[in-house]
Amino acid sequence: MTTEVRVRVCPQGPVLVRGAQRVLDEDGVEHLVTRPVVAVCACDRSARKPWCDGTHKSVRSDRT
Amino acid sequence: MSVELPESCGPVSHRVRETLLGRATSNPLVMKDQSVTCDRDAQLALWTVYELSYRGFAGVHAGREWDPEVVALRLGLEDRFEGELRDATRARVSAELDVGGDVGDVVLRMARDAEGPNLSAFLRREATRAQLVDFLRERSVQQLKESDPQAFLVPRLTGAAKVALAELQYDEFGAGRPATLHQQLYADALASSGLDPAYGAYVNDVSAVSLASANVMSLFCLNRRLLAAGVGHFAAFEASSSVPSRRIAAGLERVGLDGAVRYFDEHVEADAVHEQIAARDLCGALVAGDPKAVNEVLFGAACTSYLDCLSGTELMARWTGDTGPRDHQQTPVMAS
Repeated sequence: MTTEVRVRVCPQGPVLVRGAQRVLDEDGVEHLVTRPVVAVCACDRSARKPWCDGTHKSVRSDRT
Repeated sequence: MSVELPESCGPVSHRVRETLLGRATSNPLVMKDQSVTCDRDAQLALWTVYELSYRGFAGVHAGREWDPEVVALRLGLEDRFEGELRDATRARVSAELDVGGDVGDVVLRMARDAEGPNLSAFLRREATRAQLVDFLRERSVQQLKESDPQAFLVPRLTGAAKVALAELQYDEFGAGRPATLHQQLYADALASSGLDPAYGAYVNDVSAVSLASANVMSLFCLNRRLLAAGVGHFAAFEASSSVPSRRIAAGLERVGLDGAVRYFDEHVEADAVHEQIAARDLCGALVAGDPKAVNEVLFGAACTSYLDCLSGTELMARWTGDTGPRDHQQTPVMAS
């Protein structure tokens, strides 16, 4: 059985991923998905990569 | 296990207690002409009446929930509480409506730009073990019923907004695993810190503002007319959690309260997800279906920031001696 994986980009925020079982980080390391929806860091500033920890809020949007 | 009926701490909570115990009284209830937001007596009375719609009390007949006298007491208190919240947040809501933008963006911006002392930064770096324990105790009245009020919103929503709230609640209620029910994680945090994990254990001890922070959710979620405010409050609440939770977890670790870390650790990643879904999907879908609801969504969101500010100011004053608003003082108005 295949599960549909849905991805949604949040403006100035993380990428929401539904239906995934694993997420690969930039080094190819697998991270197990343990909740129905996960927020994957898109600002590269999270202390918990690949997961979002809200740090993007301290990154001012006018710098980008 | 049933909760004990709280001790009264003034004429209003006394009247509620007597009414729930079936002791008739004909004396008219005269409420003081002062803020109910920061009045422990009024907030305890309201908490007690609301609790009849959640888990009830030992020795109180469940039918008291709809006793006309109890309902009249509740409506009188709610009328004043809601009026004070509207007065305190009117300028902020108006300013945010003027700036405008996508409702999800506005709610996230309101949470990010909230005023008040940086309580979580203090908890992370400076708070003593006793102050962190005090913080856990003050928050217990709302966290031990985490997400319970918002469950009342589900049947009142439709379509994408309903789906978004149900998705969040599934996670809040343990995602299929009783051990990860967020209320249970908080009870575990209390127990591991030497506190009583029982529901309602500290209702006689916490401040008026701590009670008000729990009561505002019941006000919005038990009254269908305040649905949009309940949605906005919840979204702003979720959006005020991820970053503070990370700091609080670090503070708890610093003072050796390791057993309490898990609850806050869980909320770093969980609420980074929840804030996006709550602001963009829940608030977004609600307002897409009813554009006029945006005012009430922002009113609810402003109430989250307002009560957080009052609570932060109160706890910092208690811990550091900095003067700020306390019980029995004029409730400050949030600047725009």
